[in-house]
Amino acid sequence: MMELEQKSASPTFFKKHQESFYKSLEDKHTTLEFEDSDDPLNSRMVLNMGPSHPATHGVLRLLLQLNGETIEKAKLDLGYLHRGVEKIAENKTYQEFMPYTDRMDYLSPYSNNVALCLAVEKLADVEVPERAQYIRMIGAELARISAHLLWLGTMVMDSGAISFFIWTFREREKIYDIMDQLAGHRFTVSHARIGGVANDITDDAMALIKEFVQTFPKELKGFHSMLDRNRIFVDRNVDVGVVSTEKAIDLGATGPILRGSGYAYDIRRFEPYLKYDEMDFEIPTRLEGDNLARYYVRMEEMHESIRILRQCLDRLPKGPIRANDAKQAYPSKDEVYYSMEGMIHDFMMTDTGICPPEGAEVYHAVEAPKGELGYFIQSDGTGHPWRLKVNAPSFRNLQVLEHSLEGASISDTVLIIGSIDPVMGEADK
Amino acid sequence: MGLESALGEGFITTRVDDLVGWARANSTWPMPMGLACCAIEMMAFAGPRYDASRFGSEVMRFSPRQSDLLIVAGWCSYKMSHAVRRIWDQMPDPKWCIAMGACASTGGMHRCYGVVQGIDNFLPVDAYISGCPPRPDALLNALMTIQEKVKTEHSVLLDA
Amino acid sequence: MAYVEHEHGVSHPISVYRSTSDLTLVVPRDLLIETLPKLKEEHHFIYLVDIVGTDRFVEGDRFEVLYNLIDLKQGRRLVVKTFADEDIPVLPSASAIWTNASWHEREIFDMYGVHFTEHPDLRRVYLPEDFEYYPLRKEFPLLGIPGSIDLPTSTPDQEASS
Repeated sequence: MMELEQKSASPTFFKKHQESFYKSLEDKHTTLEFEDSDDPLNSRMVLNMGPSHPATHGVLRLLLQLNGETIEKAKLDLGYLHRGVEKIAENKTYQEFMPYTDRMDYLSPYSNNVALCLAVEKLADVEVPERAQYIRMIGAELARISAHLLWLGTMVMDSGAISFFIWTFREREKIYDIMDQLAGHRFTVSHARIGGVANDITDDAMALIKEFVQTFPKELKGFHSMLDRNRIFVDRNVDVGVVSTEKAIDLGATGPILRGSGYAYDIRRFEPYLKYDEMDFEIPTRLEGDNLARYYVRMEEMHESIRILRQCLDRLPKGPIRANDAKQAYPSKDEVYYSMEGMIHDFMMTDTGICPPEGAEVYHAVEAPKGELGYFIQSDGTGHPWRLKVNAPSFRNLQVLEHSLEGASISDTVLIIGSIDPVMGEADK
Repeated sequence: MGLESALGEGFITTRVDDLVGWARANSTWPMPMGLACCAIEMMAFAGPRYDASRFGSEVMRFSPRQSDLLIVAGWCSYKMSHAVRRIWDQMPDPKWCIAMGACASTGGMHRCYGVVQGIDNFLPVDAYISGCPPRPDALLNALMTIQEKVKTEHSVLLDA
Repeated sequence: MAYVEHEHGVSHPISVYRSTSDLTLVVPRDLLIETLPKLKEEHHFIYLVDIVGTDRFVEGDRFEVLYNLIDLKQGRRLVVKTFADEDIPVLPSASAIWTNASWHEREIFDMYGVHFTEHPDLRRVYLPEDFEYYPLRKEFPLLGIPGSIDLPTSTPDQEASS
């Protein structure tokens, strides 16, 4: 249900905040006048949507200035999930902070782990063994499929079909099972470690991944045949929420939004990390910039992910899974349990952690399912970062949402939010 | 009452209590207050594998007016706490509340300025679930605990 | 690096260094408003990725603001760094140059209290307007200041009637 509220019934808490939020709708084009003599039917109103709304994918709050059914102006209120992870990061060691990244973009925790570890490794100049890089790629691509599946389920649900969500969740459960075998937790995996990964792929996990890679394309084909020619789905999405290429770049759109608007910007190609430069894959791009274009981009990305997964499985080399240097990475469990040095190193890594050189700065980005996820770290030479900034793709895409909602119809709002696919945990930091 | 004297003191009220308790326990419609990561596990709880409909709780109502059970899934920031409280106030009695996950129960790993250290600071909580995030099995377990609680409540006497 | 020297000569106040990976320009804040449009118009840095604020916790020039830019034509990344003073933390807004600078600047205002002149809508982005502190400043404690943000009143009757 929508929380329909007019200004007269505006919430009583955080008065100053509400006042300035409502006031922000006013500018030289818009004024908030509720008793308008020219408008006896009161077709101009302010619609307050959220923060608890089933279709805002979390706790986003929108303030929409309506004229009839058209949105004249939209303002977003973020911060309903703000907990200050950047402040937490300054009080944690690099490795301790890694589990928090799981809870940033909680639809694809693996990509977030990898992003932080890559940034710290770049900062402290740690060499990661090849097998670990491949395992990270496998995890990150599985996370991408998993995130896109959740988007697919919820977006199709937004456009009217409930049962689709159950099918995509069935596939997601398979990925959860793989993660369970691979990392020991089905959801927030925390599998990557600075200098490598926590543990090797077991045979069970390998068998599950191989089975998934075999069966998933068939399911994906089923999804395509269900939606591609579905009149309701296509009509509701075509020419809705159009973002032109220039606008997308000017608004700093990233990920599928930018690619759906016609610019093939993908960090995996732009600044290749891990082994993506050796992989053979396409960057799906569409020119239309509407909801349907974003749908196709994400669906094709899932195909490409399967392609990358196949190549990773073919090329997966043998070897260690973590850097063999006790100053840079955790020693293996065998060493910790059976040798004194191993135990001391383990203790030192947990207590102090890795200490990058003083004054070093790094920005490292990966292509997370939502777009460019970057970590900016400034080191002061201790085990804690002096400043850690997360460049969250959802935050940037929500800004595109604020602009692309203007001029849209109120009935399309939910769909546009669905196709932008924000994760509030990440946008709110 | 004639029947009461024939059947024994409190017979009808206890029987009706049982019936109402049974009906309420097996039709607890949850209001999914999905805030953060736990919300995804809550979706899995409603999804095909864990299937909450076995317990009569498949009807996720996003309107607080239609639901009996508030599942707070995820960390609750100070800014959000007012909205959560308003939703709780809008739910009709009788109502129950589950704090799902470490963050909702105690603040968990998010020990920082933005997060309320446990939603029991402003809500009466009936069941806490540990885990970050808990598996859907744990949520099912909490639901069953709530059902036990509902069944043993003296609903008729309280309502009268 | 070459084009900076070409543009301004080596003795110019703009200095250049390379951090772990990216080229960083250090621009004094009075030159910022002319440098940023030049980078966009003449050097094709049309894509603003991020604006980062930092608290250096030193006397004078306490806050650091970094603009992370991408040249989409040649695929280069450039970081522009500038400083803001603690007493008058004011910088010119870049939102007229890149529209998406707006929210990033609001975030820095929220977290550090750095003001941006001629910003179209400078409000806090995460925390409620009623909050008086700037949480990412180093002197702010991790657990916050008790009583600085309200919790809902726990009597249900008061809330329901509002």
